[in-house]
Amino acid sequence: MSHPAPAALPDAWRVEVFRSQDRPDPDGEQTLAAALELGLELGLEPIEGLRLGRGYLLPPELSQAAVETIARELLADPVVDTPRITAPGGHPEVPAGVHRVLVAPQPGVMDPVATAVGRALVRDGHLAEYSTGTVATFRAWELTGAVDRAGLETLGRRLLANETIDTLRFDSEDLPYVQPGGSGHRGSVEVPLRALDDDALLALSREGQLSLDLAEMQTVRDHYAALGREPSALELETIAQTWSEHCKHKTLCGLIDFEGERIDNLLRSTIGAATRTIDAPWCLSVFEDNAGIVEFEGDQAVCIKVETHNHPSAIDPFGGAGTGIGGVIRDVLGAGLGAEPIANIDAFFVGPLDLPADEVPKGTMHPRRILRGVVDGVRQYGNCMGIPTVTGGLWHHKGYTANPLVYAGTVGLMPSSMAHKQVAAGDAIVAVGGRTGRDGIHGATFSSIELSEHSETESSHAVQIGDPITEKGVLDTLLRARDAGLYRGITDCGAGGFSSAVGEMGEHCGADVELDRVPLKYPGLSSHEVWISEAQERMVLSVPPEKLEACLAVFAAEDVEAVVIGHFTDTGKLVVRDGDEVVGELDMQFLHKGNPRTVRQAAWVAPDVADPGVPTSTDPQAELLALLAHPNLCSREWIVRQYDHEVQGRSAIKPMVGPAGDGPGDAAVIQPLAESTRGLALAVGANPLQGRLDPWAMAAAGIDEALRNVVSVGADPERAVLLDNFSWGNCNEPDRLGSLVLAARACHDVALAFRAPFVSGKDSLNNEYRVGDRTLSIPPTLLITAMAPVPDLRRAVTMDLKRAGNRLYLVGETAADLGGSHWFDVLGLDGGRVPRPDLERAPAQMRALHGAIAAGRVRACHDLSEGGLAVAAAEMAFAGRCGARVALGSVPLAADLPGAADGDAVALFSESCTRFLVEVEPDHAAGFEQALAGFPCASVGEVTDDGRLELLGRDGATLVDLDVEQLRQAHTGGFRG
Amino acid sequence: MTSQPTALVLRTAGTNCDRETVQALEMAGARTELLHLNALSAEPRRLAAAQILVIPGGFSYGDYVAAGRILGHELRHRLGEEIATFVEGGGFVLGICNGFQVLVELGLIEGPRAEPSQRRMALTANSSNRFESRWVHLRNERSACEWLERGTVWPVPVAHGEGRVALRSAGDLEALTDAGQVALRYVTADGGEAGYPDCPNGSAGQIAGLCDPSGRVLGLMPHPERNITPFHHPFWTRLPERDEGEGLALFRGLVSAAS
Ligand SMILES: [Mg+2]
Repeated sequence: MSHPAPAALPDAWRVEVFRSQDRPDPDGEQTLAAALELGLELGLEPIEGLRLGRGYLLPPELSQAAVETIARELLADPVVDTPRITAPGGHPEVPAGVHRVLVAPQPGVMDPVATAVGRALVRDGHLAEYSTGTVATFRAWELTGAVDRAGLETLGRRLLANETIDTLRFDSEDLPYVQPGGSGHRGSVEVPLRALDDDALLALSREGQLSLDLAEMQTVRDHYAALGREPSALELETIAQTWSEHCKHKTLCGLIDFEGERIDNLLRSTIGAATRTIDAPWCLSVFEDNAGIVEFEGDQAVCIKVETHNHPSAIDPFGGAGTGIGGVIRDVLGAGLGAEPIANIDAFFVGPLDLPADEVPKGTMHPRRILRGVVDGVRQYGNCMGIPTVTGGLWHHKGYTANPLVYAGTVGLMPSSMAHKQVAAGDAIVAVGGRTGRDGIHGATFSSIELSEHSETESSHAVQIGDPITEKGVLDTLLRARDAGLYRGITDCGAGGFSSAVGEMGEHCGADVELDRVPLKYPGLSSHEVWISEAQERMVLSVPPEKLEACLAVFAAEDVEAVVIGHFTDTGKLVVRDGDEVVGELDMQFLHKGNPRTVRQAAWVAPDVADPGVPTSTDPQAELLALLAHPNLCSREWIVRQYDHEVQGRSAIKPMVGPAGDGPGDAAVIQPLAESTRGLALAVGANPLQGRLDPWAMAAAGIDEALRNVVSVGADPERAVLLDNFSWGNCNEPDRLGSLVLAARACHDVALAFRAPFVSGKDSLNNEYRVGDRTLSIPPTLLITAMAPVPDLRRAVTMDLKRAGNRLYLVGETAADLGGSHWFDVLGLDGGRVPRPDLERAPAQMRALHGAIAAGRVRACHDLSEGGLAVAAAEMAFAGRCGARVALGSVPLAADLPGAADGDAVALFSESCTRFLVEVEPDHAAGFEQALAGFPCASVGEVTDDGRLELLGRDGATLVDLDVEQLRQAHTGGFRG
Repeated sequence: MTSQPTALVLRTAGTNCDRETVQALEMAGARTELLHLNALSAEPRRLAAAQILVIPGGFSYGDYVAAGRILGHELRHRLGEEIATFVEGGGFVLGICNGFQVLVELGLIEGPRAEPSQRRMALTANSSNRFESRWVHLRNERSACEWLERGTVWPVPVAHGEGRVALRSAGDLEALTDAGQVALRYVTADGGEAGYPDCPNGSAGQIAGLCDPSGRVLGLMPHPERNITPFHHPFWTRLPERDEGEGLALFRGLVSAAS
């Protein structure tokens, strides 16, 4: 065996900035703690010390004096840092006994820090110009201790780097310092297709990562046969992007055979139908744009969109979540003529945080690492954008271990008059924002297929790192151009890149694009790569010729790149040129309407689980404490406090409420307009334990929960709107699709009953994970988001108990709905009846409760959800630093309780829908009761001043008597990142 | 003589808190101009025409490298002379959160023409190594910032990852205190000494805000502009009806001092 040649050292100045020895190194300390935890789990030799050096590679042509100045003034802090400078080609002076792990973004991976440093060097005159690769960054981790090479590699791979996007070096200094690129072909490449048989068509689809099925490939082949020519690679890619599940929603909009019935477009015939039937006049734009737009107050409207970003987040949690939030912000920027983002929402579904290391599937990260990564990604991007992250959720289930779900949502504010966009022939096509690189090729098609243990290597180019600061520049300038009326159409550049953005905008007219005008991050991209790259932070505008100059000037004034890349036409054709050559010409009609519709089979098979009935609650105190600590219920404060939820000064009801800010609020309320006290409430609802048992009920209960949450803070349910986000398994499997049909039908029925229209949604199918020949599906998961106005902020309420002596009312009926309940989960039971809202009573009951809140009769309100009444009472008590006494005998129970049922257990832990625990001052009791007359509503107890939660059984015996501080500790004692 | 002062609010890529900062200044009685850095660089005399310069919170240039580093560096190169002249001529400067980080990077807390090497303080990663978004209490200290009502304890939110004041040497805390530069400290709700999380970042001496020796340049990590309306307080639903938030007093003091 020969020894490897000595590694080549980068031909660049190297500056490594370490915290000075006498200063704390929080990054080092935090990572050391995580390394020790991981080392313990894996039985590694312990490490003793860990320090982080932030590294920069600078061009070799800089003088030593210049590098010293740059290090002193720009890269290192004179008070707390010590820079270490190494000359080009030199070996850094590493302290003795130290192992070095170097982590650098792979060439071509977005490196916003390098770009920012490069631009600063240009500003200061150190460099004449900057292009990607001129400056590079890396992290130098210096470890001490007995750790061996294998341990070092384990720590590097599991903790310090993500090899999908990072280059890793162990005790080796050969960092990459190159300009990314390649030798992609500019010009047309013909793909012989017409002579291919079925096998060859499928092989082409697979090898080209087109993700088209046989019928689709045949349609394309026949189309070109009729044209009498072969397609170009760019045309084929354009068709694949446009017809991808991600862009086209082929499953939900296709044909489905279910129980002897042919469903033509499930989405349209369920969710869309409900919205059309409700036909709310205040809905300005639904299901036709990037986001749903509804009237808010006066001439102002709000819009909302929630997206999934599951597959990218599985492979790179930080980048995936960051670009997820970045993408949904662009949806809102591109809704109508553009809206100002005023709130973000995030919701995650990940595997159990205590999963033993040996149960983590191959090619998958541990759920803890995934969760930390997605939280970091949302924090970094959302905070940097100056948009408050105000609400969301976090759920755990083993089924998400290999395929986590990451949802990101954004709410925007805009003049109602700007709810619609146009595109006119003759308008310039203007690309605004980030430059185009090879990042994000095939994102749309990647997200449409299942993950596998090879995904991280096969699909690394689908993963991206976001650059929020570029997007912030776009946001600032875009709204100025909008207000000056300088463009008439806009869309975001998301999945499919320019091919989808320009293709969609020009669908009804035509477009002529000149790819050689597109600004690139680095040379070497082929024509079709430029066309389909999903590089982040880009928007596309339709600008009337007479406004072009003024429009471009708005962007130039703030150093935001905006470039004309073509114009819209009236030819009905999408023509793409590169230089003098036409590299693609597609008929818009064929591109958008030519895809064949496949028929999928669906069947619902109820799981074979016996109903365990209603067991007795043998230890209600212990069960309550276990519920408060349950991963789906416990405090999310460690996440919430990392998000800036108050930037913009609009947050009126924060995510955490009560005098100590540790009560889990039901919904956030923002004040969109400074001059008005009309608020806007936002909340989500989901329950991953229910869907397998009863998908209809799961969807119905999710809608009920999201609506309960906004009603609890004072929002008006009659003006509520809903969003659906389905994340399902492989819907080519009839059982998966069958449960999806039932969930979609529930959305129809429940939306109609509440007269709460769905205004937007997004599905993510194929959330399965393949290991060998086994496929694992996620639990069917529907995230429902509700948004509703609070007519007068002064009447908004929070869930923390306010004052001893006030009464507690339970609104709503309690039945033996324990299927999918968290109490069953704590007891290890499966099966049972999943709660369903009473569609006759629930809407009227929520309206009645809203009436009482709007009349100022309510001091605190909390909906009953996970863990039922016991948990709701406990949360209200510790959040308000008050005691509470509740008599279960007064709880309105359903008449149909099974004979032998433990009525106390049902009253304590059932998760029946449409229930609220409400605090009312004695003076308002009569008025409150009057407002709820005709509905199940009973005075069940009172707020006390003894700091204890007392729950009395139906026979009067004390079932629970706990100090609220103990409840709080149970709630907050779990994982904190 | 009092007149309505003009406050110039500077923004650049990553400035996030400009909207609410302008709102606070206007509520406090200032005439307000929101100006992009490029526009001010092109017309620096607009600074000379103002009485107050405000650098709002946000993530200027993404806070890449270190919070406020690149903007501080850029301001020194593009507008260093104009800002120094503005301060020497009696102008007021307020830096909030990222704006404070920029003032420190710019050296303006040390004085209008301090060299980077003279700087005694840094704003560095919170001791929790986390971004901290939470409400705290501040006390206006005996300092050169006489326009802050001395001794008042008031609630205000923080939202930052790099707000820990680190000082060059052990004697600097006393020196800054003696020079009247420690303007604001984190305290408990009843004015006692703050540990984590009342002091959210582990700052030396629980320093939340520092001023220059003249008291006309103030930087603070917390966000007074996020406590100006009746609905900003984190538990206003438990309190009697309010007309405004406690943070407005700081802007009133500033505007009245600059009048
Ligand atoms: Mg709730």
